[in-house]
Order: sequence, then structure tokens, then C-alpha cells
Amino acid sequence: MTDDIISRERAAAPGALRRRIGGLSDRALAWIFIVPTILLLLAINIFPLIWTIRLSLTNYRANRTNAELEWVGLRNYERILTDPDIWNSMQATAHFLVWTLVFQVLIGFSLAYLINKKFKGNDLWTTIIVLPMMLSPAVVGNFWTFLYQPQIGLFNYVVAFVSGVDPSSFSMIGDVRLAPWSIVIVDTWMWTPFVMLICLAGLRSIPDYIYEAAEVDRASRWRQFWTITIPMVLPFLMLAVLFRGIENFKMFDLVVQLTGGGPGSITELTSINLKREAFEKWRTGYSSAYAIILFVTVFGLASIYVKALNKVKER
Amino acid sequence: MNHSVTEPSRLQKWCAGILVVGYALVTIMPLAWIIATGFKSPGDAIAYPPKLIYEPTLEGYVNLFTTRSRATPETLAQLGPPETWYDAIVRQYDMVISGPSRYGERFVNSVIIGFGSTFLSIFLGTLAAYAFSRFKVPLKDDLMFFILSTRMMPPIAVAIPIFLMFRQLGLSDTHLGMILLYTAVNLSLSVWLLKGFIDEIPVEYEEAALIDGYTRFQAFYKVVLPQATTGIASTAIFCLIFAWNEYAFAVLLTSGTAQTAPPFIPTIIGVGKDWPAVAAGATLFLVPVMVFTILLRKHLLRGITFGAVRK
Repeated sequence: MTDDIISRERAAAPGALRRRIGGLSDRALAWIFIVPTILLLLAINIFPLIWTIRLSLTNYRANRTNAELEWVGLRNYERILTDPDIWNSMQATAHFLVWTLVFQVLIGFSLAYLINKKFKGNDLWTTIIVLPMMLSPAVVGNFWTFLYQPQIGLFNYVVAFVSGVDPSSFSMIGDVRLAPWSIVIVDTWMWTPFVMLICLAGLRSIPDYIYEAAEVDRASRWRQFWTITIPMVLPFLMLAVLFRGIENFKMFDLVVQLTGGGPGSITELTSINLKREAFEKWRTGYSSAYAIILFVTVFGLASIYVKALNKVKER
Repeated sequence: MNHSVTEPSRLQKWCAGILVVGYALVTIMPLAWIIATGFKSPGDAIAYPPKLIYEPTLEGYVNLFTTRSRATPETLAQLGPPETWYDAIVRQYDMVISGPSRYGERFVNSVIIGFGSTFLSIFLGTLAAYAFSRFKVPLKDDLMFFILSTRMMPPIAVAIPIFLMFRQLGLSDTHLGMILLYTAVNLSLSVWLLKGFIDEIPVEYEEAALIDGYTRFQAFYKVVLPQATTGIASTAIFCLIFAWNEYAFAVLLTSGTAQTAPPFIPTIIGVGKDWPAVAAGATLFLVPVMVFTILLRKHLLRGITFGAVRK
């Protein structure tokens, strides 16, 4: 009854309610509600970004504020793009990014598929699997260095127990060949649940009647999996990959605590490399240019990827 | 017979259950190990093979909260018998407690900055989300995308100018500075999540209130807010967890007064390789989040996928 009156009134005077005075107008209120957020984001995100661009064209050093500021144009960018050290970190980042995504997608999807079988108590076990991703990466990464100790660490002990090799014969974070994998293992342990949860949302969004129809058509389970399950989950999976991809491109806290970029600079991801340039060598101008290059790379890759994602969704 | 084609068979459920439980047990092993190590003596912590059964001790926790100094046998004899249980633990190693450690302060800093920034990002986020959900805002989609895009910046990239800006404004190493910074980082999440929740509340309720003579602000405050409580609560948990766990900004922008626990915990280890103390510090810091996650699992799990899928 009341609903009826409201809808009739709305139909009669669509703008009247919105413009209702008595206190502030909607327009004023909208701005009062939005402006603080925008201002804070401008002050703490956009203004610094512009400042970074400005700094990237200079030879400024934040530890020598009195030194004369010199405009160097695009020379910082030129030096970065030809610096072999930076290409090394780019390679380390690419290795980390590709393998964490491969493992997280495979394990995350499999787990989601299994959990979706709705066995008893699945929500409690799901929560336990999710625990690692809720924790502080720096604190957890720091503790994993203990688990990775050659003689006394739990990880080495378990590997030795299963495979029979001597637990003190290998050092996950000390060996140049193993260190890149040590960070992949911890990141996979920590973030697989994220991919799993998003896949689970995807699996649960598939309506039962599609499978029922396929069953009527006598499609085999195998065929149903490849023609219904996978295509329907794919947009969700791609979204999960996007989020993990962006996060892992920015990866800093976990790895800096785990390996500190070492041994040598074999696990020195771009963020760690950048931190070293900016806050240890204090090459502020140079590292500002570096930051801009990284930002443009993430932004560019993400936009291309989002276009591909939208195409998949349209199908 | 209740047997649809989409309902998995008993055998399938059993197999799935065993595999998932197996994975879950492997995944919590490192966490269980952190907690267990916190109650070991330094000797037990580095024993080979790793000890599963040991005599629990609070040594790690005592070392975490105190600073100690070595005492000569003469001084120890002069002091007489230890007065408290924690004195007794320290005396075993010919040490005396010389004062409290910094862990307590760092933990309190984490609490202040975590809750402060959560409150602020929820306050601002709710207002903005309501406006984006209900009003005609020019360039709405662009503004929403702008808010989201602030999350793509690597923290280290923004850290350089923020470091300079904070130094200029006297905000370096202050609680206020860190609260503002974490609020800005969390705002994108809170606006996006909260807009989703507010979109789900039917507009009719407010319109009925407006007809009854409420002003727009009263309608927001008395009608919409109470209905959005669940959404606000789960968004708040995400903001709190982010601020609680954050490391990159904390390590670059704080050193003394406003340092939070994540950059501090790795420094506990010191030269003595005191793993039980590190584990104790990590346990006290991580366990609240674990308990939170298990208790509030329904809202949290929904929030993670909801937020991600919406974006």
C-alpha cells in the first residue's frame, strides 16, 4: 500500500524528491560527502605522483638537500633503460611473477573445484587454508627464514624426510639456484587461497540447470568440465590473475624479509632494487624515474590485460 | 530419490574432503611451528632433528618484553634470590633484567595506527560510497576508476615524495602521518566495497523517510546507516588487517616514536639468534588476526570475493 503511494508519487514528480529542500540540497550533500575523499587521495596519491615526475627530471638527492638542483631532462630514463642491473631485477621479477601465477592458478583452481564438492565441514577447512593470506607478509617472511635453515629448519627436515637427501646439504635461501624458488614457494603458500576463493565464487555462480541440460544431451563429465566449467570460471580466474599479477609486480615486504634480494642480487625484485636506489644510495632523481617506469609498466600491462578480460567476458 | 546430476556422489565427497584436509594440514604447519617455537627454550628451538615434544617455557616471551644484561657472579650473589618467576628465568643465564623492551610500545603503535586509520577510512568511505551510490555525480565512472587506480602504485614508488612531503610538514615518524597515509591507501577498497553494499539497500526506504519529512542527511543517518552495518563491519575488518600488516611504508617512514610492529619484529632476533623471542613476538602479532578470521569467516570470505569480483 505505502509502496504504491511512493511509486505513484515518484512517477508524478520524478525530480521533486531529489530536489527536496530541508537541510541541504542533494547536490551540495553529494559534494560534501565526496570531496574529503578526493582531497585526501589527491594529497597522498596524485600530488606525490606529479612530484615524482618532476624529481625524475633532476639529479636531486634527498640526503643532500642543499646541493644545487640540476635539470637533466630525460637522462635518468635513458640510463635506467640501458642499465644491466635493472634488467636483472626485471628478469627476477618476471621469473617470480610467472611461476607464482602458474602454481597459484593450478593449485587454487584445483582446491576450489574440490571444495565445491560440498563435503562436510568444507567451510571450516576453507578458513584454515585462507589463514596465511590474512597475515603480515613481513613477519611471516621473516619467520620462513627460520624454516629454511639448512640444518635445523622444518622445511629442510620435511624435504629430507620425504626425499632422503641430507637436510644440511641444501640451503633454500643461500643457494643461487634455489633462492628464486624459495620466494615462489612462500608466495604460493600465502596467496593460493586468494585464487581459490575467487575460483570458488566462479564455480558457485554456474547455475545447476546448465549441467542438467548437458546431462540430458548425454555429454560426458569430461566434456562438461571443458565446455561448461572451464569457460564459466575463466573470467573469474583471469580476474584473480590480474590482482595477483599487480600485487606480485609490486612485491616488496615478503621477499625483502625472506632473502633481502640475495644471495648476490638473484632475488632482487624491482621494488627491492628501487628501495636500494632511493633509500640507501639516495639517488632520488634517478629512482623517481625508475618508479615512473615501473608504474607505467604495471598500468600498461594491466590495461592490455583488462581489454583481453573484457573480450573473454563478452563471449 | 533425492539424486540430482549436480550433486556429487559420496565417493567424490570423500576424496575431495581428504585432499582438501591434507592441503589444509600442510598449510598450517608453518603457522603451528611459529606458535610452538615461541614456547621453546633457545636450545630446543635449534635442535636437530626439530623437536615436536619439548618442555614448554615462557623464556621467549620474557626475552621479548625485556632487555637484559649480563651480570658477574658477585653481583648476582649480592642481589639475593630472584623475586619473580621472570627474574628466575633470566638468572639461569647469569643475566639480570635491565628494563622493558620496545615491543610493547610497537604493539600499541600498531593498535593506534590500525584503529585510527580504519575509523577514518570507514568514515570517509561511507560518505563517498553513499554519494556515489545515490546521487548523480558528474564524471562518476571516471572518479570511481581514479579511486581504484590509486591502488596500482607500488608503495615504494610513492614513498619517495611522501617521505619528502612528510619531512617538510613534520609528519615523519608521527602517528598522525601514518594514519593519514593508511587511510588514503585503504580508501579505494572501502569506497568500492561499501558502494556495493549500499547499492543493495533499496532506495524506497529512504524515499519513504523523505516523504515523512526527514531531510536527506537524516534519511542517510537514520535509515541507510543502520542497514549497512554488516557491510561496514566487514569492510572495517579488511582495512584493519591491511593497516595491521603493512610493512613497506612503515619501514621507510617510521623509525622511533611511530614505528609499528611489522618492521620491529624482524629486529628482535639480534646477534644472539633468539628465535623463541621472534616467534613469541610473531605469535602475539599474528594470533589475533587468525582468531578474527576464524570467528568472522562468513563475512570475511564473502568480502574477499565480493570486493574482487565487483572491481
